[in-house]
Amino acid sequence: MRYLPLTEAERAEMLAAIGVQSVDALFADVPKFAWRDEPFDLPPHQGELEVERALSRLAARNVPAGSVPSFLGAGAYRHHVPAAVDSLIQRGEFLTSYTPYQPEISQGTLQYLFEFQTQVALITGMDVANASMYDGASGTAEAVLMANRITRRKKAVLSGGLHPHYRETVQTHARFAGFEVVAAVPDAEGAEALQIDKDVSAVVVQNPDFFGRVRDYSALAEACHAAGALLVVVVTEVVSLGAITPPGEMGADIVVAEGQSIGNALNFGGPYLGLFATRDKYVRQMPGRLCGQTLDAEGRRGWVLTLSAREQHIRRDKATSNICTNSGLCALAFTIHMSLLGEVGFTRLADLNHAYAVQLAEKLGRVPGVTVLNETFFNEFTLRLPRPAAAVVDALAAQGVLAGVPVSRLYPNEPDLAELLLVAATETTTEADMEEFAAKLQEALS
Amino acid sequence: MTETRYAKSHEWIRIEGDTATVGITPYAAEQLGDVVYVELPDVGRVLTKGKEAAVVESVKAASEIYAPVSGTVTARNDGLTEKPALVNEDAAEAGWFFKMTIADAAELGDLLDQTAYDKMVAEQQ
Repeated sequence: MRYLPLTEAERAEMLAAIGVQSVDALFADVPKFAWRDEPFDLPPHQGELEVERALSRLAARNVPAGSVPSFLGAGAYRHHVPAAVDSLIQRGEFLTSYTPYQPEISQGTLQYLFEFQTQVALITGMDVANASMYDGASGTAEAVLMANRITRRKKAVLSGGLHPHYRETVQTHARFAGFEVVAAVPDAEGAEALQIDKDVSAVVVQNPDFFGRVRDYSALAEACHAAGALLVVVVTEVVSLGAITPPGEMGADIVVAEGQSIGNALNFGGPYLGLFATRDKYVRQMPGRLCGQTLDAEGRRGWVLTLSAREQHIRRDKATSNICTNSGLCALAFTIHMSLLGEVGFTRLADLNHAYAVQLAEKLGRVPGVTVLNETFFNEFTLRLPRPAAAVVDALAAQGVLAGVPVSRLYPNEPDLAELLLVAATETTTEADMEEFAAKLQEALS
Repeated sequence: MTETRYAKSHEWIRIEGDTATVGITPYAAEQLGDVVYVELPDVGRVLTKGKEAAVVESVKAASEIYAPVSGTVTARNDGLTEKPALVNEDAAEAGWFFKMTIADAAELGDLLDQTAYDKMVAEQQ
């Protein structure tokens, strides 16, 4: 077998077949300024062993969050994933299967999707959940589109406590799908009052919010409903649902969550897993695939993909979403991890996260010049440092401590937020990690 | 005095003075197969002749239902939400979709009468 069949002669033959003079002519529509005239200055080809060494050297320049004390969060969390999860998802039947398009033949896939949906509905306190979205941010944009369809309005109000990446994703959709976005300023103090008028389709808030605060959105839900708007509650740390009141009990109409924390590693930022849940009455406007339980002709329990007429392959341009797949393997990892935890385990995991975060807040709050801003938090909170946080984080990274996410990294144009640092603790955080962090932070600030 | 006319897109409209009842024809219902869901317009919605007014989902398809004439929705058959199969069982009566005002009676002239509609269906088969 030849690995590089594209010789000059073959190229000439292919070009002749399609009636084009040169390969460049295929790219005639690319603007000239985007062309590169000089050839790329690449080293000559190397053997497999040399390439492996070169890549290993490059990889060694990363600092994996699992290799040092890490307090990173801000939407992606390091948790312990049981070895059974990785072992099971690598079974060929799971690893290689795509979202089912001839669904009923894939009963195993449908069964785990049904269990996944059940778990998501239970932890969010909602009636129905879909078979997953790509990630929390794109799920949030889909939630706004869904609210626009239900209310026949085109204006989304985004809280200043919403993760900035999620806000940007909604704004990108807004630019091309044609709806208005009113994005509140960053709400570091937890004091915003959102304006909900009769044109608003969705109010999007986060719990715990971007700065870590645990919020009660019951009153906001009532205000939304009084104005005919839908309340979308976003959860970026899904483990929190083991400890705090689920959005469904606060009156949320749509709940979107990032599911990475359960079953899925940090993976350099993806692939992740969008959880999406809503009320029964809105199910026909929900995006994504939906698995249902039924009985076959002989009365045996089985699973089907249901309400498919919402989807792109049937409803074409009127589909509820252009997404007609799901994050299958990530959803499977979530389902297995959640099944291993069980309800009691999930609750204990959440309690442990919170307990460690409380310890961490106490230790860091004692560092001179450092203030803990939060009155409430789950496993993440905001510190105010006596100087810009980004430089402090860099200094600690050089000493092998990943000290958290400086808010300026996500809000680079907000000088008022430059001294704020987001710090997270999970069940993987040890007392020694906390001591080291506190000591090095004190040193860096003195 | 009522009169029923038909759109080429297989909706019927029963005219009662300056208001009318709209549904889909038994032929259309048969073509769609088992209807599992009907999305009806809200009362008060202003419809434009030839534009989408409702959506019908059958087991394997979703189809738009168009307004035969322009006007405002005055009532909707919420019974279809509970029992979409009414569309298959009795498309011409119990399976009606919505009632509407007729904004411009002249638009009725573009619709087919029973004979012309039956002829069109016969030609399509």
